[in-house]
Amino acid sequence: MASRSANFDILVVGAGPAGIAAACCASESGARVGILDNNPRAGGQIWRGHQHSDANPDARKWFDKFAAAKIDFLSSSEVIDQLENGRLIVQSIDAQSIDEVRELTYKNLIVCTGARELFLPFPGWTLPNVMGAGGLQALVKSGLPISGKKVVVAGSGPLLLAVAAHLREHGADVRLIAEQAPWHRLVRFGMSLAFEKTKLAQAFAIKRQLSGVPYKTNCWPLCVNGDDKLESVTLRAGDRTWQESCDYLACGFHLVPNTELAALLGCELRAGFIRIDENQRTSIANVFAAGELTSIGGVDLSILEGQIAGYAASGQAASAAQLVPQKRRLDRFAALLRETFALRDELRSLADAETIVCRCEDVTLSRIRHHSSWRASKLHTRCGMGACQGRICGPATEFLLGWKVDSIRPPIFAASLQSLAVAAAAHTQEHLMLNEESR
Amino acid sequence: MKLPVYDVLIIGAGIVGAACAAACAAEGLSVGIVEAEIIGGGATAAGMGHLVVMDDSEAQFALTRYSQTLWQHLSLELPPDVEYEGCGTIWVAADAGEMRAVTEKKQFYESRGVPAEILDSHALQEAEPNLRIGLPCGLLVPEDAVIYAPCAARFFVEKAQSRGAQLHLPRVVTEIAPDGVRLNDGTSIVAQSIVIAAGTWSAKLLPGIDVRKRKGHLVITDRYTGFVRHQLVELGYLKSAHSLTSESVAFNIQPRKTGQMLLGSSRQFDKDSTAVDHAILSRMLARAEEFIPDLGHLSAIRTWTGFRAATPDKLPLIGPMPGYENLFLATGHEGLGITTSLGTARLLVDQLLQRTPEIPAAPYLPGRVYENVHA
Amino acid sequence: MPDAISITVNGASVTVPSGTTALAAILSTGASTVRRSVSGAPRGPLCGMGICFECRATVNRRRHSRTCEILCAPGMDIRTGDCVRERVDG
Repeated sequence: MASRSANFDILVVGAGPAGIAAACCASESGARVGILDNNPRAGGQIWRGHQHSDANPDARKWFDKFAAAKIDFLSSSEVIDQLENGRLIVQSIDAQSIDEVRELTYKNLIVCTGARELFLPFPGWTLPNVMGAGGLQALVKSGLPISGKKVVVAGSGPLLLAVAAHLREHGADVRLIAEQAPWHRLVRFGMSLAFEKTKLAQAFAIKRQLSGVPYKTNCWPLCVNGDDKLESVTLRAGDRTWQESCDYLACGFHLVPNTELAALLGCELRAGFIRIDENQRTSIANVFAAGELTSIGGVDLSILEGQIAGYAASGQAASAAQLVPQKRRLDRFAALLRETFALRDELRSLADAETIVCRCEDVTLSRIRHHSSWRASKLHTRCGMGACQGRICGPATEFLLGWKVDSIRPPIFAASLQSLAVAAAAHTQEHLMLNEESR
Repeated sequence: MKLPVYDVLIIGAGIVGAACAAACAAEGLSVGIVEAEIIGGGATAAGMGHLVVMDDSEAQFALTRYSQTLWQHLSLELPPDVEYEGCGTIWVAADAGEMRAVTEKKQFYESRGVPAEILDSHALQEAEPNLRIGLPCGLLVPEDAVIYAPCAARFFVEKAQSRGAQLHLPRVVTEIAPDGVRLNDGTSIVAQSIVIAAGTWSAKLLPGIDVRKRKGHLVITDRYTGFVRHQLVELGYLKSAHSLTSESVAFNIQPRKTGQMLLGSSRQFDKDSTAVDHAILSRMLARAEEFIPDLGHLSAIRTWTGFRAATPDKLPLIGPMPGYENLFLATGHEGLGITTSLGTARLLVDQLLQRTPEIPAAPYLPGRVYENVHA
Repeated sequence: MPDAISITVNGASVTVPSGTTALAAILSTGASTVRRSVSGAPRGPLCGMGICFECRATVNRRRHSRTCEILCAPGMDIRTGDCVRERVDG
């Protein structure tokens, strides 16, 4: 979908729940609002495919608001670089307009780039048909046939249950859900949900959808078996290990924030997340951040943060202030998530010397682990130097080896040299005149 | 608290310092290496690992040719992660006006024993199908090569350590004293001789020497095996390297063993920031596209910058620092540090041992520039 | 946009519902391997959201395209196996 203009008062990056809420609230001020996302439709990960469905009332409400508001949505678009504060370069990844580059200007920016799954390496994890939990769900939503296929869902986080339920709905034979967190923590988590009516309702709905599917706690994958694709997964729970044969392994160990854009803009981080004040403002005055980017807190917190950011960025301070107290309650939920799904130490020993840690460059654990830092390892083994620029192996090495991943350089996502050239040339021009109607 | 006494203490474990350490250790000298951050960091990490013989002056030729020969002998010993690839260089003429320069270049090389072959327009297209059709000619120098420099630096440090050299990392030298150095952890290292091989940090260690930061940009692509087969450099590269103006670009592309392409080059003085400079990046990419029209379609993964250590006369500083009893320099290599690391190491160790070097050391002596700078 | 879209995957004609991504189209042919790693190992998608780059294939002659983010369009040509050792078409 083409945008009608390249100049915005408020530009929102990421059209998941946080971004949609931010854009809607910002547009209440009458400001010119634009929003972009790398997917063809809005929704991000958690609301993927919900734009035209009634399955999720929250999503439905926000999508309706979104459609009714005057917001420019640039689909299939990724930010690749910043020229200077207020000017971003965006590339199209839609097949019809691939590599087309445009400059977007803004007075205020709201970054809602969300989170990605944390992947931990273990033997066989690079075999085809081993995917993230959200990864497999995204694939099913974009057309992968799953009916009748045997799936093991493993890793950690509430996402596992949502994914398992969704897969089952589409006819998958979900063999089991393996959650690494210990039973007592999950009980505590479940009990805290009892005080949230909507969450409790959601939990019961999921429980119904998953009736008959074993949910094992203290349980994690040890290795994947197969020659040129997954055949079975070996799992451990307590003293017991066993093999589960399956067609897909949907495995992710909770979430890490997509901080790359905000970091490139110069926003300060705190504990790995983008640091914000109570109005969602980052360390850069005209850049706001909302959603899983600021802390992993689930969809309700994302929506609330999006609303606050949208109001704050568009000068509707009173509306923002009204919502801020609600954050406290939801921040507690974020803390609970953190505690419940903290990764256990045993997961550090899953990978052996020959396990690939950097998938882009096929670098094994034995080659990297004696290095003193992420940077040293990168330089000497190429770990993190490949196409994904450390997005997959970086968080894994942070968990396995305690390294701090640093240094983001443009382009934020791989871009054609032509796109880089056009973007670089735009820096010296007033505005990149690519859109006819903005002339 | 004092640390062991060394014959030689090398400051800096970039490729030059590392090579010096290996050369000294090989001669039975006791060697210490002080490195602030990472082996093979600095310009070694940022640049292209091009091993190239240069013809811009007799002195530059002598040092690069000497070094290239040393690299060729060493290549058999290098581990796979150094990715030594004898792909050769093709110097590309941009237009008919540069054809004469190509002929002169060939004569220069051949009369000095460096094989070089002129490729006419047709042969150039055969050798490099992705070059723009209609480029008049090029000069193939088949004995040039490429390496992955950070791993070469690590290889040299390990060689030195296998002969007893000791690595002090991470440590920063805060002061150079008559008998050694003081480090940022409060300790001292005593050494008979000290070698400053700290690249763009050399001027900090020894105020008064003119080694300036010359910023460069690079882009790396995804994998396109066979898209380019040799290191391709435009003849204008030398003009850029020698330019006295503040900013210049020159087409320079290197195929890595991985199939990725490293694309450069740019030169800027007086830039302290490591941020990517869009204006000069734009010029660099535009220049490259003039030689390779299809370049635009390739996927670029990352852009970055680095600082070369540049001296006013474009030659490195290798040898004793006048006015000091025991201080040596091995720095200021601009864009040729990787190539000339081996030659530098040999010149340095020959001077330490007061042996006659295999090539004249005079053009690179700090004494050519400095007299008793020591305050 | 028609409900069913005709594309080719590795030369074979494939029909997919509108809204299917190039990646889903590849996998719906029964293939699990989308590309080869730098040392030649078979690889399929991991993250499903455009971050891991394991879903790269050649789409409409453009190499290294992330197929999980690209919607199928009529006549789209998809080729998998961006092998390291493969040479670029002239």
